[in-house]
Amino acid sequence: MKTVRNGSRRDFLRQSFAGAALLCAGGGAGALAGAEPVAAKSGAAGAKSRVVVAHDELLRGADSKVDSGRIQALLDRAMQAISGREHPVEAWKALASPGETVGLKVNTLGGRGISTNVLLVAAICERLHQAGVRPSDITVWDRDSSELERAGFHLAMGGERVQCYGTDRVGYEENLAAWGNVGSRLSKILTQRTSVLINVPVLKDHDGAGVTIALKNMYGVIHNPNKYHPDGCNPYVADLNMLPEIRTRMRLTICDATTAIYQGGPGYKPEHCWNANSLLVSQDPVALDHTGWQMIEHKRADKGLKTLEAEMRAPRYIATAADGEHKLGTNDPKRIAIVEA
Amino acid sequence: MLCGLEVQEIARNQAGNPLDRRSFLKCALASGAAIGISGAAQPAAGMGSGAASGTQDDARFIVEAKFYQKLAERKIKCKLCPRECTVGDKERGYCGVRENRGGVYYTLVHSRVCAAHVDPVEKKPLFHYLPGSIAFSLATAGCNVNCKFCQNWDISQSRPEQIPAEYLPPQRVAEIAKQYNCPTIAYTYSEPVIFSEFLMDAADAGHAAGIRSIVVSNGYMQEEALKTAYGKMDAVKIDLKSFSESYYRQVVTGQLKPVLNSLVTLRKMNKWTEIVYLVLPTLNDSDEEFRELAQWVKANLGPDVPLHFTQFHPEYLLKNLPITPVPTLERAKAIADAEGLHYVYIGNVPGHPAQNTYCPKCRKMLVERVGFTASQMLIRKNCCPFCQHPIPGIWHV
Repeated sequence: MKTVRNGSRRDFLRQSFAGAALLCAGGGAGALAGAEPVAAKSGAAGAKSRVVVAHDELLRGADSKVDSGRIQALLDRAMQAISGREHPVEAWKALASPGETVGLKVNTLGGRGISTNVLLVAAICERLHQAGVRPSDITVWDRDSSELERAGFHLAMGGERVQCYGTDRVGYEENLAAWGNVGSRLSKILTQRTSVLINVPVLKDHDGAGVTIALKNMYGVIHNPNKYHPDGCNPYVADLNMLPEIRTRMRLTICDATTAIYQGGPGYKPEHCWNANSLLVSQDPVALDHTGWQMIEHKRADKGLKTLEAEMRAPRYIATAADGEHKLGTNDPKRIAIVEA
Repeated sequence: MLCGLEVQEIARNQAGNPLDRRSFLKCALASGAAIGISGAAQPAAGMGSGAASGTQDDARFIVEAKFYQKLAERKIKCKLCPRECTVGDKERGYCGVRENRGGVYYTLVHSRVCAAHVDPVEKKPLFHYLPGSIAFSLATAGCNVNCKFCQNWDISQSRPEQIPAEYLPPQRVAEIAKQYNCPTIAYTYSEPVIFSEFLMDAADAGHAAGIRSIVVSNGYMQEEALKTAYGKMDAVKIDLKSFSESYYRQVVTGQLKPVLNSLVTLRKMNKWTEIVYLVLPTLNDSDEEFRELAQWVKANLGPDVPLHFTQFHPEYLLKNLPITPVPTLERAKAIADAEGLHYVYIGNVPGHPAQNTYCPKCRKMLVERVGFTASQMLIRKNCCPFCQHPIPGIWHV
């Protein structure tokens, strides 16, 4: 596997994670499984859930903006690491086939300051196209078109281009989807335009839930997310991710941690943002959330802030997602292999 | 949140057989148009009847909220209902219709009417308030609880931009009510707590035009907001969904105690109040709960507050339960009667004799009801015409 070495990446990883198994670049790599549900992949006895953390200290140019070439390279390294494939396009071919419709669920609540990076999404679309997916079969989406625009995306509906719009343009399914404590109408983009779901959230602190990363990004799929914020979103986040319409489509999470926020989220608070210059990639959203949570805790410690636990807002929904009732993945550090790339 | 009986009941009575909820809402909106809503109020830009409710940024519907407190870091604490949501910038409260924008809290549903209809007042149900009259009834999207049995979940549990709506400012509400000879405006269908600012302005406009206002509410509201908003109402119907905190927590996603406090506050305010208790098989239908409820009502509100035990129909997240058996409702009524309440009704069971009003002294029938029609009304000067016993209520315009 091709890797780009720089002096600070390993230090960065060591500083960011304690307890979880840290593998060498490329170590522990395995094949991506396409349509297989995540829990089936991560639940095998003795198997570890791999979370790739790809970092590039030089991701930004002189103007501190993310460089399009370097983020493409960063994405490629991450995909090679998660898939074990020599060529990044092969990794994407393992995820999505020609004729499938791919939905990229981004997060644009925080406006241009703290939303999924447009260049990252462009890089994903480029590789999907090279893997044989038609641009018009790719939909970049979130709940609201105006929020997408504010985050820097250009809306597109129809034609041969990559599609980009919010659920407000097509609405929600009439019937309820229900699991546990959740009963919601699902975005028609998910149900009618997405056979392969790639979750592209942002690494963020959340004033109620503790953190919002992979699992909670699914709140943007339903019509009534406001109903599921009490009690730190627990067990609602876990229950929501159990919906078959979500679970059977979910193939991969690519968490944008190029810019992240460790306090005051989920809205944009520039004073609490930092350039983490990283991507977190996993097929286990629970392991990824646990890993992202630890990154936020480390940053909070660096800044002299209390832990989320001390602030009474530890993200308990992550443990719920891992419990015997949900089995959406693992939050056990001993069963999480962090792979640097 | 309204128990939703209104929708189901009128659907059954008008069509002769049950309409599904969505069909009803479409009918209701179409009916509203027929009585002049669309012709009177310009639809939101780019939308026609049945179109989406505009964007979440539609400025006509956005008014600064009245009941909230500003906090540090552009957060706010909502003081409208007991939930007291702390809401960060660009986020909404639990109700989904109030949003923090840069540290200022806004309602997104002022004048944003998603359901409008002319209903018999008996459909609310209010049985001791102008029997046989009609009310111009309206709602916006949103609710501050999430009852698993909600009959109107597709408006109550939605965000305002997700459902069709019309721009209907307070003055126009009053004009339409007058145009259709409605002595009353009713705020109902979803949960009026969450559109309090609109309700207050519409009530003021109505009163200026000689039209009263009534509200159908869950009563899950902070005392100060209740006094301010419902102080403008002429009558109130409260859905007391259970007499158990665990039921409120698990089935309603709310709390019982604040609702009881609201009922006591309304009593102190001398607001005419009636109570509906939706009876769900196995969940809130024990003798003990009925008895405790009746005892509390008598001790805290008095024996003359009408109490309606109404029949549940499976809907939303509780489709697994059966329709409430009529004998269960009759058992509830018998217990409440035995505890000394004077006006205990059975609702949502057309033709049941417990829909009528009887004099508690001479037991003669005073108001006969067939479905939602008051077919006979004998009360004169607020008294039984047979024994002159005072009958509490607002009986005449």
